[in-house]
Amino acid sequence: MANTPRSRVNLLSKAISGTHSSTGGSTLLGYIGIDTIIEQMRKKTMKTGFDFNIMVVGHSGLGKSTLVNTLFKSQVSRRSAGWARDEKIPKTVEIKSVSHVIEEGGVKMKLTLVDTPGFGDQINNDNCWEPISKFINEQYEKFLKEEVNITRKKRIPDTRVHCCLYFISPTGHSLRQLDIEFMKRLSHSVNIIPIIAKADTMTTEERQEFKQRVRKELEMSGIEFYPQKEFDDDMEDKSDNDKIREAMPFAVVGSDKEYQVNGKRVLGRKTAWGVVEVENPNHCEFAQLRDFLIRSHLQDLKEVTHNIHYETYRAKRLNENGGLHPISSSDTQESNL
Amino acid sequence: MASTEIARQAGEGARAVPLAGHVGFDSMPDQLVNKSVNHGFCFNILCVGETGLGKSTLMDTLFNTKFEGEPTQHNQPGVTLKSNTYELQESNVRLKLTVVNTVGFGDQINKEDSYKSIVEFIDAQFEAYLQEELKIKRTLHSYHDTRIHACLYFIAPTGHSLKSLDLVTMKKLDSKVNIIPIIAKSDAISKSELAKFKIKITSELVSNGVQIYQFPTDDESVAEINSTMNSHLPFAVVGSTEEVKIGNKMVKARQYPWGTVQVENENHCDFVKLREMLIRVNMEDLREQTHTRHYELYRRCKLEEMGFKDTDPDSKPFSLQETYEAKRNEFMGELQKKEEEMRQMFVQRVKEKEAELKEAEKELHEKFDRLKKLHQDEKKKLEEKKKTLDDELNMFKQKKTAAELLQNQAQQAGGSTTLKRDKERKN
Repeated sequence: MANTPRSRVNLLSKAISGTHSSTGGSTLLGYIGIDTIIEQMRKKTMKTGFDFNIMVVGHSGLGKSTLVNTLFKSQVSRRSAGWARDEKIPKTVEIKSVSHVIEEGGVKMKLTLVDTPGFGDQINNDNCWEPISKFINEQYEKFLKEEVNITRKKRIPDTRVHCCLYFISPTGHSLRQLDIEFMKRLSHSVNIIPIIAKADTMTTEERQEFKQRVRKELEMSGIEFYPQKEFDDDMEDKSDNDKIREAMPFAVVGSDKEYQVNGKRVLGRKTAWGVVEVENPNHCEFAQLRDFLIRSHLQDLKEVTHNIHYETYRAKRLNENGGLHPISSSDTQESNL
Repeated sequence: MASTEIARQAGEGARAVPLAGHVGFDSMPDQLVNKSVNHGFCFNILCVGETGLGKSTLMDTLFNTKFEGEPTQHNQPGVTLKSNTYELQESNVRLKLTVVNTVGFGDQINKEDSYKSIVEFIDAQFEAYLQEELKIKRTLHSYHDTRIHACLYFIAPTGHSLKSLDLVTMKKLDSKVNIIPIIAKSDAISKSELAKFKIKITSELVSNGVQIYQFPTDDESVAEINSTMNSHLPFAVVGSTEEVKIGNKMVKARQYPWGTVQVENENHCDFVKLREMLIRVNMEDLREQTHTRHYELYRRCKLEEMGFKDTDPDSKPFSLQETYEAKRNEFMGELQKKEEEMRQMFVQRVKEKEAELKEAEKELHEKFDRLKKLHQDEKKKLEEKKKTLDDELNMFKQKKTAAELLQNQAQQAGGSTTLKRDKERKN
């Protein structure tokens, strides 16, 4: 191992001129215990718990609340928090959010569900995405304000929307104008996951065809849904995400009722011609969605929101007002020029 | 179509809801950890202590490898900090370890300013992070964190008490970094003296109000071990990279004629405790404390220094933007003033230069005139001389012609007389 010369550090100009390649990398003579940091980290995160904010968008009757309840196996949607199902459809798009704390395996999660009743329900749906866009930006703004404070909280409460589930109506034909408009406008400020709702109204072939068409339309309109191609970290990520992208949008069925099938209790919808099992991969893709959303990409959703969407918002915000901050000389050039 | 009603039931109203089945988000810590592992970790240690206390050796022993470098000389004029970064890997964990050494600490005759370079260094790391955080386009995610997470303060094994240099330095550093004091080369002290020494040190630290790093006791799983360790501070360590055969094993030890000090023997020294605490139990906590306590303190002080406040005297939230705008205008004003000044100076210089040049030009003209005049005078003189010469020449010519004429006449007359004579002769 080549011993690189020491670098002189002079007080204010700290420059490790090139990281010195490890002298000990492969010749560690004994166990040090560096890998215990994983345990330490895990313990810490379990203690502090997680926040997760999910937004559901789609016109009424697509089974949004049911799906979320099925996903999180509990009555988290506002429908069950005391709101009557046959409440009048609001005249304008409202944003209603409700939070719950759920715990599993020692891990506490504060799940916030943001519902958007009234979306797409009016006769004239012009600009109905605006309240949603405004809400999302408001959360970013809140976080930014906290971050910019002199005395900051130890843990800034994170209300930013980490994931937006967009429900596509299972017409079997193609995406509606509203769908495309909404996704186009919001795919750059939030992670959008399009899903085909009430998939039990289509046969398997119809479903496949519909999916292809939808995917093609999304591609043609330049809509980058989550997981976005540009944020793939490495080859492994890319291949994993490619597989997922191929299967999206997931065609799902939601249900919070249990039925007896083949001696097992399963979540499903009972019809005259059989029981649609929610978690059966042959019947619908709910299990895939759940695994993708919760079991493998939950942290990634948060990270993309924080590192990319939030940073984009922040940069834009700081640039337009000439900044909120004392800035380094390089930034002075930026805002002056 | 745009009105929104935001009905929040955030935080306060979040109810706990029971789960009816396995959802799967308990894999969240694993997801988080996997991402961090892919990303790699960094850990930065600062070793402060006088030359010759075995800092480099201890680092080698702690991390089971041979970091390079020769021991430093004792004739440094001031304290400088040398930092080296190494990439270590154990199973699937990659660690970017940076070890910063103080070179020349305690070697000078006048040690009043020794702590200054260290404090400046630590501040510089905070500053770099702050600058990155304040940028408009920032990449905090991939930023190589150089802030010091732990400071090992090496105390010389005198057996008596802390030196005043130690106290002063630690006092200056305790609000900026996590200090872990250790007694170096502790094989020079006997067990009984060691106990007294430790007590003396702790009491001195307490009486001087030095805040050393306390291992956290809030997490039940590590609370017990941490609190016992807290009572063993400062750790008395011995470092060695040489291996000696004891029994049938090779162990790291120092061999003396009267016996062998085994580094990893808990009866001999506290090395194992130090390693346990520093790396295996509290590394993450050290990093977190640095970020949430020391860095935030630095940031708050720095921003306040720059004139930013959260609330003004009337306790109305001060818009950061207003302050910034005001500052910006001030700054722009200053900039403009400076520009004006420079312009003025420039104009003045130009004027001066112009004046100089004009002077020179005038001089040249004068010279030229003078020379011309001289030339003319000369010419005149010459002409006059010429004239006189011409006159003389004319006169001479005249005289010559006159003389010739006379001569001719005379000759003729003479000639004619000779002719006459000849003629007469003939006759």
